[in-house]
Amino acid sequence: MSTQVFYFVATLSILFSLMVIFAKNPIHSVLYLILTFFTFTVHYVLLNAQFLAVVNFIVYMGAIMVLFLFVLMLLNLNKETEPAKSPLVKIAAAIAGGCLIVTLIGSFKAVSISNPLSLKNPGLGLVENLGKELFGPFLLPFELSSLLLLAAMVGAVILAKKDHTEEA
Amino acid sequence: MDAAFVIEKFILVAVIFGVSLLIAMYSTYAERKVAAFLQDRLGPDRAGPFGILQPLADGVKMFMKEEIVPATSNKWLFMVGPGLAMLTACIASAVIPWGSPIAIGDRVIPLQVTDINVGVLYIFGVVSLGVYGVMIGGWASNNKYSLLSAIRAASQNISYEIAMGLSIIALLLMTNTLSLKEIVEQQHGWHWNVLYQPVGFLIFMICAFAETNRAPFDLPECETELIGGYHTEYSSMKLGFYLFAEYINMFISSAVMATLYWGGYNYPGMDYVAAHLGATWAPLIGTGVFFLKIFAFIFFFMWVRWTIPRFRYDQLMNLGWKALIPLAIANIIVTGVVIAIIEKF
Repeated sequence: MSTQVFYFVATLSILFSLMVIFAKNPIHSVLYLILTFFTFTVHYVLLNAQFLAVVNFIVYMGAIMVLFLFVLMLLNLNKETEPAKSPLVKIAAAIAGGCLIVTLIGSFKAVSISNPLSLKNPGLGLVENLGKELFGPFLLPFELSSLLLLAAMVGAVILAKKDHTEEA
Repeated sequence: MDAAFVIEKFILVAVIFGVSLLIAMYSTYAERKVAAFLQDRLGPDRAGPFGILQPLADGVKMFMKEEIVPATSNKWLFMVGPGLAMLTACIASAVIPWGSPIAIGDRVIPLQVTDINVGVLYIFGVVSLGVYGVMIGGWASNNKYSLLSAIRAASQNISYEIAMGLSIIALLLMTNTLSLKEIVEQQHGWHWNVLYQPVGFLIFMICAFAETNRAPFDLPECETELIGGYHTEYSSMKLGFYLFAEYINMFISSAVMATLYWGGYNYPGMDYVAAHLGATWAPLIGTGVFFLKIFAFIFFFMWVRWTIPRFRYDQLMNLGWKALIPLAIANIIVTGVVIAIIEKF
């Protein structure tokens, strides 16, 4: 049952991610990206990682994508405002993309299908266990990453402030 | 998963959905009556006795109106917008415990559709999705006022979500659980969380007003600046869905506030009632009490709407970022310190 659900949702994930790239309108791209994130949420639920699922739901679908949409709506992009790319850039992009495909195909050929992996503790993704892991064995990385976020926040505030004083 | 379980859940979902719609319908009537009361008028009194058939008349009017889709709009997304607003308004009710488990014959039926162990976060996630209906509808209308309204809705929603999340953290420090069922069970009798978290409740309530786009935070539909805001181009039942979604949101957020802070279906003396009425009727009384609390909140929503004028946009942002967020963080710190002291001694 859950394998079938996985294949169904995985197909949807790939389909929506392709639509993100192929959609002509940037707003449509963002909307497809939201759907892609929604399928990721379903994947997390299938893995019994409920906390991660709901955080993905809130942070990515609910906050970050709203900001994406917000910015795109403010810019109001359309065909006229799209910058024309020079042929040189197009050729470079085609070569880079081709190289990436070759690398990907090469690596896929080298990999064999892994044995099914079973978690020692299937309830690892529940809030309680995750919290104990984060604040126990992984306390230092956790605190360091929160410092990193704090630094980014302070940086953003300083940048915003600077603009403000120059205008005034 | 036996058939009885499926039928039981199906009935529960259907009843909750029906009740949500009914309450949303009569909220429109109540809104007009409360407005009339506060402004010393009569309000609607033509359709039926005291005008109680007014919501039906309004509904029929909405359905019968001509539907206009602007020629330059994005047709598909124009249609998705109101649907999404309605969907996100309805799905939040799945994790709210409407009453303690009720015994019918031999079966004990929980009055909650699902008790997921991240219930609080689920509500929070659904709330954060709510803005998409407004944003997509506003953008798809291809009208600059609608677009401005969509952008306002997005920034307002994001800003107040932060304070809302922080106010909940202080509550979770005390409850040690994310399951709404357990949070309600902990508030047995009169041990309501609002007694221990008054500041958190205040912040949560203000944010709930902002998240449901209710006055004084209804800037996305500010008619003096933006005509009708995101639903300027909408007509007929699509407009009806947007208005309806707002009332359902109000009902659900009242239910969430009552659950998290005002004890849900608990009330003083519930043990006495439970001992005398048995396992079938006592839970029903609890549910009745819960709905009384919800109605009190809905009345409060309306009272505020007709009392306090709309904020200016910069006031809205200042309140959110410079008052509520620092206050919520201070609340978390104080709560944490107090809990640490209590546990130590």
